[in-house]
Amino acid sequence: MRITCPICGARDSREFSYRGAALALDRPDPDAGEDAWAEYVHLRENPAGVLRELWYHEAGCSAWIVVQRNTTTHEVLGAELAAEVAR
Amino acid sequence: MRVQGRGLIDRNTPVSFTFDGVAHEGFAGDTVASALLAGGVRLMGRSFKYHRPRGPLTAGSEEPNALVTIGRGAAADPNTRATVQEVFEGLEVSSQNRWPSLGFDLMSVNDLFAPFLAAGFYYKTFMWPRAFWEKLYEPVIRRAAGLGALSGQPNEDRYERAWAHCDVLVIGSGPAGLMAALTAARAGLDVILAEEDARMGGRCLAEREEVGGRPAHVWAGEVLAELGAMPNVRLMTRTTVTGAYDGGTYGALERVSHHLPATDPRRPRECFWRIAARRTILCAGALERPVAFRNNDRPGVMTAGAVRAYLNRWGVATGKSVAVFGNTDDAHRTARDLADAGVHVAALIDTREGVTGPAGIPTFSGSVVCNTGGGKALDSITIRRGGREDRIAADCLAISGGWNPTVHLTCHMNARPRWRDDILSFVPAPDAVPGMEAAGACNGAFSTAACLREGAEAALRVAEALGAKAAAPELPPAEDDPYRIAALWHVPGKGRAWLDFQNDVTVKDVHQAAVENFRSVEHMKRYTTQGMATDQGKNSNVAALAILADATGRGIPETGTTTFRPPYVPVSIAAMGAGAQGKGFAPQRLTTSHKATTERGAPMIEAGLWYRPSYFPAPGETTWRQSCDREVAMVRTAVGICDVSTLGKIDIQGPDAAAMLDFVYTNSFSTLAEGRVRYGLMLREDGHVMDDGTTARLGDQHFVMTTTTAAAGQVMKHLEFVHQCLRPDWDLSMISVTEQWAQFAVAGPKSRELLNGLLDQPIDDATWPFMSCGKIAVQGVEGRLFRISFSGEHAYEIAVPARFGDSLFRLLVARAEGMGGGLYGMEALNVLRIEKGHITHAEIHGRTTAFDIGMQRMVSQKKDCIGKTMSERPGLMDGGRERLVGLRPVGAVQQLIAGAHLFGMDDAPVRVNDQGYITSTCWSPTLGGTLALGFLKRGPERYGETVKMVDHVRGITAVCEVVNPVFFDPEGGRVRG
Repeated sequence: MRITCPICGARDSREFSYRGAALALDRPDPDAGEDAWAEYVHLRENPAGVLRELWYHEAGCSAWIVVQRNTTTHEVLGAELAAEVAR
Repeated sequence: MRVQGRGLIDRNTPVSFTFDGVAHEGFAGDTVASALLAGGVRLMGRSFKYHRPRGPLTAGSEEPNALVTIGRGAAADPNTRATVQEVFEGLEVSSQNRWPSLGFDLMSVNDLFAPFLAAGFYYKTFMWPRAFWEKLYEPVIRRAAGLGALSGQPNEDRYERAWAHCDVLVIGSGPAGLMAALTAARAGLDVILAEEDARMGGRCLAEREEVGGRPAHVWAGEVLAELGAMPNVRLMTRTTVTGAYDGGTYGALERVSHHLPATDPRRPRECFWRIAARRTILCAGALERPVAFRNNDRPGVMTAGAVRAYLNRWGVATGKSVAVFGNTDDAHRTARDLADAGVHVAALIDTREGVTGPAGIPTFSGSVVCNTGGGKALDSITIRRGGREDRIAADCLAISGGWNPTVHLTCHMNARPRWRDDILSFVPAPDAVPGMEAAGACNGAFSTAACLREGAEAALRVAEALGAKAAAPELPPAEDDPYRIAALWHVPGKGRAWLDFQNDVTVKDVHQAAVENFRSVEHMKRYTTQGMATDQGKNSNVAALAILADATGRGIPETGTTTFRPPYVPVSIAAMGAGAQGKGFAPQRLTTSHKATTERGAPMIEAGLWYRPSYFPAPGETTWRQSCDREVAMVRTAVGICDVSTLGKIDIQGPDAAAMLDFVYTNSFSTLAEGRVRYGLMLREDGHVMDDGTTARLGDQHFVMTTTTAAAGQVMKHLEFVHQCLRPDWDLSMISVTEQWAQFAVAGPKSRELLNGLLDQPIDDATWPFMSCGKIAVQGVEGRLFRISFSGEHAYEIAVPARFGDSLFRLLVARAEGMGGGLYGMEALNVLRIEKGHITHAEIHGRTTAFDIGMQRMVSQKKDCIGKTMSERPGLMDGGRERLVGLRPVGAVQQLIAGAHLFGMDDAPVRVNDQGYITSTCWSPTLGGTLALGFLKRGPERYGETVKMVDHVRGITAVCEVVNPVFFDPEGGRVRG
């Protein structure tokens, strides 16, 4: 599988490490309540299809990247810097 | 025997090699199979199960029979296809799976028991007694069945792996592949043309048909000359593309030096390529399928295309009197080529009615071959027409049941091929692999003209998709004959008709599977082992499923195929794992003190990828404990030196650096004064402890964080996540400087005295109190000094740029030794920290919280931090949790063991009574006893109680007292001394 790093270009997926759904970007407020926190820390959708997820270009530029990937075909539909998405 | 004037071998370069110790001659350009056939050798192997004599069936990598071992000893390569292996001077070839010899194989007795050994025999027979399977049945069966054996010795040969990138990968260099590569290359695209064979050209090398008015191989040579002169083209011979993967990535095996004598040890045997291609054109051709009939496996029976290849490419007549049996016009070419070359054609047998063969060749239309005769080689065939059977003499039979497009790579990403009734074959589904086009015979276009056209058209489409301007090439005139196939899978009759030659699967076995309700093609495959050998049923799968379809009353498309998976040809583990053996698998990270350390004979232990000294044996010391005890005492009474460079060091700078630290640590760092150091605890977002370490404030906007050695990478990744994903607006930069600084602990009551003899400016307690930091210089070299302590003694860590590490280390050691101190290793370091109750990842192992390790007060109530909210969940703050304690043995058994569990004195040591476990233990020379750290339910409330430690693995029980985990100097006076 190849992922297009917005900084480095198309690279083999072995240069990246994976962190699951991009939900991790949406950190609740400290007082958001147990349910919101439990969902943030523990619950992830696991769709057979397009998923927004986080990859870290560990063996590259150290960028965290939001990748849109089809989990059934491994087709990479887009990639953006997480820092820009989170802003 | 050789046919004069035929073949593309170099007759001026004779090559001698041996087969089973007997000398043979070939020519440069020969394969082992072509050279042996030229010498009249047809028996080249024994089958897997029945040990039946077998000769080559094909002339390519799909070969099921002619498997041999190349070389000997550790370098021996078993299961090499004689049809692929090129001959070279001095090559040693041996046959396999026979005893005592290929000609006389005692295990061929299995063939007589064949009625009992049919599909499912093993499953049904070796069921009881159950224990016998592993001890008796399986070893015996494995010895009787099999292929070549590995030497069992370490393989010293070199293997490599490499990456390649291109716009267009063209797989296969037959007419379609050459046309595709040429069209794409002329459009300026970066092209890789990968060809499995040693020579490019595909069937152009094996056929007599002309392309562009000249012999096909001449035309191919011209195209290759043009391609070879283009800087944007890479021609890769002996390179089999083995798999199609996501994102246009392909695996490919290059046989770099299998065709050369092993004279240069630097040259790799094989290279495993990963090719990243924007587009791919598959021109893999087609594989001919044999026909199943009684005794169709005798040496001398070959596919018709192979007979033509041996004749036209290698100048070898595969027999003196050859019969041809087929069901297409294509088969007729074999008879024609043989007759043209002066080889006697005994008969042309065509299943189709009313067919006329080439002039002068006895042709039997509407007929089949139903049996063969001979021992270890063919000597006759039986022709059946209507009810009549005639036996005629022939020493070679060329058979053709039609051609199967090589669709394998198109199926590697889960696509299923489609059935085409007009050619009775599977062809690739459209868009089976994203970015891949199939062209030519692998796409079901069998005439040369169609292959040339499809290759060019695919390249034009690819060029357009890549935004390149391609001109349609002029297509050279070529053969465009119709194919006209009639269905022919097997010839009914008595006896065994072979489908899978390598695994000895017969038509009867497939019927048996259907009768026993293994009707799914996948079940049939596993029940009969059809297609499960090293050739993966390339010749036989389609016929087998056609027979299954017939037996189950279904159509072929409905029956479907088994799943094609990579690799297309066997790939050695050595090639796939190239570069990842030994140090390649786990690179070594060495500290700047490594040389000085190993000079002193210190045994090294691994800490992640780092190597650190375990202990430093002094003269007279015979056990590690003696050295460790001495080193601990040295630190407690004088001064010790230890390299701590392996701890992660992260440089954090910027206006928001302090805010960042406040957010990732439970405690506050924005309040830390410049020139001071603070211990920090880091949580995961789920509230459990991630890591700990000290962070120094070197300037208003400049911090250096230390992490544990093991978690350095994880923490760096975490910090980047927090910054980029959660706080992208914060202005700061972080970088790992672990490798840039050499850092040494100087620990013990004499540590300051040592440093003051070394530093350009001496220090004192007022300017350098406990937990201070700052710049220093050693002989003009600027460095950093941190007054921190892991040992609990008055201690410092001194850091200099890594290039001065070795020099400073030697200076420190020399001075320490002059003061009654010296080096200490990991064992002593561990004892020192256990005596002080300091935690490591043995304690913060991922399931413990700040509360569990007694640090809940470090979770600041004044601010948010990662993990804070979740750490306050009631279950994580429950007093009944297992919490950190110290333990000391108080009974007769003084041994405490990490991993052992803790139980109440009167409780049975069973799971439901479990109260905790031990994480770290040591012998403390300072306190003269065994110490342990562990987790115990309600631990801190139970100081003074006794509990029972039980090690169920070793059967050891010990009574221990629960104590404060800080065993030594609980007031912490020494560290400030």
